Amino acid sequence: MTPRRWKAGATHAALIALVLVVTFPVAYAVIVSTLSLQQAYAYPPRLVPGTELWHNVVEAWNRIHMGRLFFVTSVISVGAAVVKIILSLMAAFAYTHFSFRGRALLFPMTMITQMLPLPVRILPTYQLMADFHWINSYSALMFPFFASTTGILLFRQFFLTVPRDLPDAARMDGAGPVRYFFDILVPISRTNIAALFVIEFIFMWSQYLWPLIVTNTEEMRVVQIGLKMLIATDQISPSWNVIMAGTIVAMLPPLVVLLAFRKSFAEGIAMQTAK
Amino acid sequence: MANVVEEERFPGHPLLPYALILPSVAVIVVFLVVPFLQSVEQSFFATTAFGTKTLFVGLRNYTRLFAAEDFRASALATLLFSAFVMVIGLSFSLAVAHLLNQKIRGQGFYQVALIWTYALSPAVAGAIWALMFAPATGIVPFVVGKLFGGYLLNWMANGSLALLVVSVAATWKMLGYNIVFFLAGLQNIPEEFVDAARVDGAGPWRTFWDITFPMLSPTTTFLLFVNMIYAFFQVFGLIDIMTHGGPGDATNILIYKLYRDAFLYLDAGTASAESCIVFVVISVAAIIQLHYATRKAIYAR
Repeated sequence: MTPRRWKAGATHAALIALVLVVTFPVAYAVIVSTLSLQQAYAYPPRLVPGTELWHNVVEAWNRIHMGRLFFVTSVISVGAAVVKIILSLMAAFAYTHFSFRGRALLFPMTMITQMLPLPVRILPTYQLMADFHWINSYSALMFPFFASTTGILLFRQFFLTVPRDLPDAARMDGAGPVRYFFDILVPISRTNIAALFVIEFIFMWSQYLWPLIVTNTEEMRVVQIGLKMLIATDQISPSWNVIMAGTIVAMLPPLVVLLAFRKSFAEGIAMQTAK
Repeated sequence: MANVVEEERFPGHPLLPYALILPSVAVIVVFLVVPFLQSVEQSFFATTAFGTKTLFVGLRNYTRLFAAEDFRASALATLLFSAFVMVIGLSFSLAVAHLLNQKIRGQGFYQVALIWTYALSPAVAGAIWALMFAPATGIVPFVVGKLFGGYLLNWMANGSLALLVVSVAATWKMLGYNIVFFLAGLQNIPEEFVDAARVDGAGPWRTFWDITFPMLSPTTTFLLFVNMIYAFFQVFGLIDIMTHGGPGDATNILIYKLYRDAFLYLDAGTASAESCIVFVVISVAAIIQLHYATRKAIYAR
């Protein structure tokens, strides 16, 4: 009994130490976001929270017009996540429920998405946006991201575990494939849908390079580029308290999404890992 | 592939499957395949200043790149950086996931406390680590100075140190993601296997290397690929905020060089050649990864 208890104690100690190490950078950022500029430059560095949090948040918010940044970034993050989910559901449905000419060729083709991340086609894609007159538009921010290998694989894997009796029973009841898809397949996929939403929302919210290239107006700026502006405005002696206030606010939406869908996210990942 | 459907579920709808995949295929062709082929094409051309004229130069963009000092330095920095993120990051994450994967009180709390950093963007991570490492005023240089008799941690003046700092920052950002996947992979390993090894007298170390680690290989391969893509491309924001590729070219990894060649120096030929070079590296990794992902895991259940 005693060695086991000792072992549990050691595990707890190790885990708590790990949590502290992993969390420290963000905790420190939060502390700095509550300080005045003078306190942020105190020597030795101050580890006690101050009282300026609200003031710093308002300052950061106004300096880079975060309201607008949040609006634009939310539109593209929700929009791209939803479109990716719909396209992946459709493609996975086709690949698992129908046999059709060309499937053997088309399936690998939808998989090559993984080999063609934006950087290997960045200049021509930018040129394409210019040709479409899409520079500074939501379309330019979203369209090049609509293909999703992750999504197709995730749903395909799940659909393959659906017992054959289910589509057969639906057919017996006179339901066509479209009815079956909407009334049965999509509802039973909701855990995977939620998991994919979390992944794609966070992915789009974090986009930096592409928005930097295809937008150049304040109107269409995204949160990550706003952060870049916030830091670049005072290179010489950065007002770390204001910068950190902006940083903390910028990371809240994806964090809320992750925590809200935590259970589905973990289950979806578990399903994907299980072969 | 082992588990592809043999039969129609819904006979009599010959066009429906095409309609279902049409949007995905259209997006892939218009925004991925065609632009990529144009990248390949452009890599054989040189653009004169102001982009008025393009000139076919064959493989010269490539030969010039491979001979260029700055490209080789960039490739080396990319190699070191991604190796650090992949090897150190994944080993550490696996150790943490292994520790988490036992019956222990408060497991739910620990899981959330260790994975939530997944929601942070590379740029946010960059900003936070820039704060912590700010020369002269940051908390890390302060602690290092106290511990090592006034040593000045002036990493922004030391290339190797700068590469190390951005590597650690980038690795930290991926911990949450890696732990989630490793933990899920570990929880999918049937307990009987581990118990059987234990009954046979294998110690925890042996059990891990002989049973757990081989069974995790699909997850490990997947994570290696994801971390590679991350280290190659997605860290752009982190680099842009922390170092701008400096000092000198110390942290000028390929994606940063590619961005500058394409959009600051407007050298389409060079940038396209760089795109194609990273494509070759990534596709080799992707093929290996897909091979494992679509294959049934070695423990058929």
